[in-house]
Amino acid sequence: MPEKTALVEAGQIERLIDVLQSRGYEVVGPTVRDQAIVYDRLEKLADLPVGWTDEQEAGSYRLKRRQDGALFGYVVGPQSWKKYLHPADVRLFSAQRQGETFRILSNPDPPPPRRYAFLGVRACDLAAIAVQDRVLLHDRYRDPIYQVRREGIFIVAVNCTQAAATCFCTSMGTGPKAQAGFDLALTELLSPDQHRILIEVGSEVGAEVLAELEHVEASAKAEREAASAVDHARSQIQRKMDTTGIRDLLYSNFDHPRWDNVAQRCLTCANCTMVCPTCFCTTVEEVSDVTGDHAERWRRWDSCFTQSFSYIHGGSVRSSAKSRYRQWMTHKLASWIDQFGSSGCVGCGRCITWCPVGIDITEEVAAIRDATASAGENDHGNA
Amino acid sequence: METLERIVAEHPFFAGLEPQYIQLLVGCASNVRFESGKYILREGEEASQFFLIRQGKVALEISAPHLGPLIMETLGEGDILGWSWLIPPYHWRLDARAVDLTRAIALDGKCLRTKCEQNHDLGYELLKRFAHIMERRLEATRFQLLDVYAVGK
Amino acid sequence: MAILPTDPMVPDPYRVGQVWKETSDTFTLALEPAHGAACSRFSPGQFSMLYVFGVGELPISISGDPEEPGRLVYTVRSVGQATHALVSRKPGEMVGVRGPFGGCWPLAQARGKDVVLVAGGLGLAPLRPAIYQVLRNRKDYGRVILLYGGRSPRDLLYRKDLAAWVRQPDTQVLSTVDYGGLSWRGHVGVVTTLFRYVRLQPARTVAMLCGPEIMMRFVTRELESRGLDESDIYMSMERNMKCAVGFCGHCQYGPYFICKDGPVFNYSKVRSLLEKYEM
Repeated sequence: MPEKTALVEAGQIERLIDVLQSRGYEVVGPTVRDQAIVYDRLEKLADLPVGWTDEQEAGSYRLKRRQDGALFGYVVGPQSWKKYLHPADVRLFSAQRQGETFRILSNPDPPPPRRYAFLGVRACDLAAIAVQDRVLLHDRYRDPIYQVRREGIFIVAVNCTQAAATCFCTSMGTGPKAQAGFDLALTELLSPDQHRILIEVGSEVGAEVLAELEHVEASAKAEREAASAVDHARSQIQRKMDTTGIRDLLYSNFDHPRWDNVAQRCLTCANCTMVCPTCFCTTVEEVSDVTGDHAERWRRWDSCFTQSFSYIHGGSVRSSAKSRYRQWMTHKLASWIDQFGSSGCVGCGRCITWCPVGIDITEEVAAIRDATASAGENDHGNA
Repeated sequence: METLERIVAEHPFFAGLEPQYIQLLVGCASNVRFESGKYILREGEEASQFFLIRQGKVALEISAPHLGPLIMETLGEGDILGWSWLIPPYHWRLDARAVDLTRAIALDGKCLRTKCEQNHDLGYELLKRFAHIMERRLEATRFQLLDVYAVGK
Repeated sequence: MAILPTDPMVPDPYRVGQVWKETSDTFTLALEPAHGAACSRFSPGQFSMLYVFGVGELPISISGDPEEPGRLVYTVRSVGQATHALVSRKPGEMVGVRGPFGGCWPLAQARGKDVVLVAGGLGLAPLRPAIYQVLRNRKDYGRVILLYGGRSPRDLLYRKDLAAWVRQPDTQVLSTVDYGGLSWRGHVGVVTTLFRYVRLQPARTVAMLCGPEIMMRFVTRELESRGLDESDIYMSMERNMKCAVGFCGHCQYGPYFICKDGPVFNYSKVRSLLEKYEM
């Protein structure tokens, strides 16, 4: 793999989109819609959130106009790339009744006609893709739905040059710099008189694509500028999660009073699982038409926060909000390690931002570490 | 009596009892036998004996007027039947009926009761053993009450 | 890293060959592959996902003889809409089958030892294939003891099998019911009360348990009080399942996926989980 860094004018991103499209990719990436930065098709540079930034805090997300025309001056929004790789609604197969029997028509949801090019993958999300690869491709079974969507995609990573208040990628060892798993990685260098992008090549295909852009080899000065920009993001990170011995910490604190505390706040709304880039739980539903002759089985995103998730023999095993929050957090930070060899959390901070009551996973871990924490800290006067 | 002595001495229920107490028990023991269908003890009657079941099957029942006898539990070889002789007012709470031909050793509870009042060491040893049986039966009864195989509760 | 040859989420078509009524709400179905395809082989303890058109899928343990080719047998209790639809299938009708999934009973580890099988209620169904296998290879095992507890005499399964098994050499089969009824002359009492009538050699015994979780917890207590080591006790666990291939996440039990890491677990692995409320 050619080790190479190049420098391009920011406007070359438009050319990048064209090159990818001409190579048969469907280019998707960040765009502004419904007052958030979501992922959708990109046709041209102007589709990017140019000059926008996000202000995030626990339970809060706002878009604000920037003073400049940065292309990537924000972090991550409510969506993640699992939207494409592990879609929220997929038909598994359909069946047709024929008298007393039925015929299984193996017609799953067709894969997208073109392979994806992800433009704008942050380091945390890059790590999340690797985490889902481990779950859905490299465990005992392989998910063909994920596989067909994952194979051959082109990844353009973006190194963050700023951090949101809810970010904690540094604690999880996933960012802010993208280390591997990309075809190209961009670092935006924006100053009053210059707007350039440093491009790092991560694969042969990436080199081929770069070759079609107007570029120069990056100077040492440009590389230093890029490193400094990423350091700026690093310095802005406020939240920390101490992951030392976290697996045993959570396993051995099943009855910690903090769970009662968070249970008083958690609405079990499942927002966190929807926005989390590594959550993968699904359910399968039977859908039939009015005549009853045609049935389809659909796989849909599900969440361990729902009351029925653990339903068995007439009741749910995890009936209380307490048990469901505990299950999610313990799975994400502890059991995942036993199951898949790494943490399930990449420190993107989405669960903190999108929780309507602002529950902060980093704060919950810290509280459980604190041996003197008690349920009375946030006493609402309830028994 | 030699056979009785060996049976009593070797029965796990009496394990660890001092030889003098074993002798005492043997002195109150006799072989009994109940044909299939015969009642060994009846609810409300004076409880003056208890039994070591050597062979057979005994049903512990209570009678409901419209349903007939309801079996709550069966006992078999090796089991001890009856502790109401030890607990006032010394009346049986249940019926016990031999389901199959049942051979047992009957022990004179009334006599033993008097001896236990005189000799608290003997009393304590017997009560320890019966407490253990009651604890096991209570746990089994609680398990039974849970009705774990039922559906739609 | 095993990859199933076909899409693991698409069932194979099977036809209902025979249906037996075991009790008022429990039925056994024998399924044969439709279109003359090869029938899946399975190991005792494994389960399938059975698909009923227009209704959905159910995880059901395979309860037949693993050496009997050509068909898969399941015993199903009708407790809700989906199970009712499944037990209502008539011979000739189609059922989709995915699998077999999961690990199996430790028949290899039990070689040369006494085998104690403790079944509660419908729990006898997932154990039956193990019993068939052990009795077929009788000389590979020591004594065989089956303790079976049901709710009432009318709820007991597989009476013909029970009668045949008790006639096997060095094989003890004891049944009991929680509620006796008028004409029952057998044992009355919970399944743990049967232990009084067996003599265990704990150092050379492997125990396999299947039944309601509460029942299995009482039984492990009994087995340990009689000297069995936790590592010689195995139990089949159950949780909600949607996919059976480790992707839907529903069957997680502590760090384990019951579909992949179980359903049969060594007791030493799950003992700390069993004690935890809402695990």
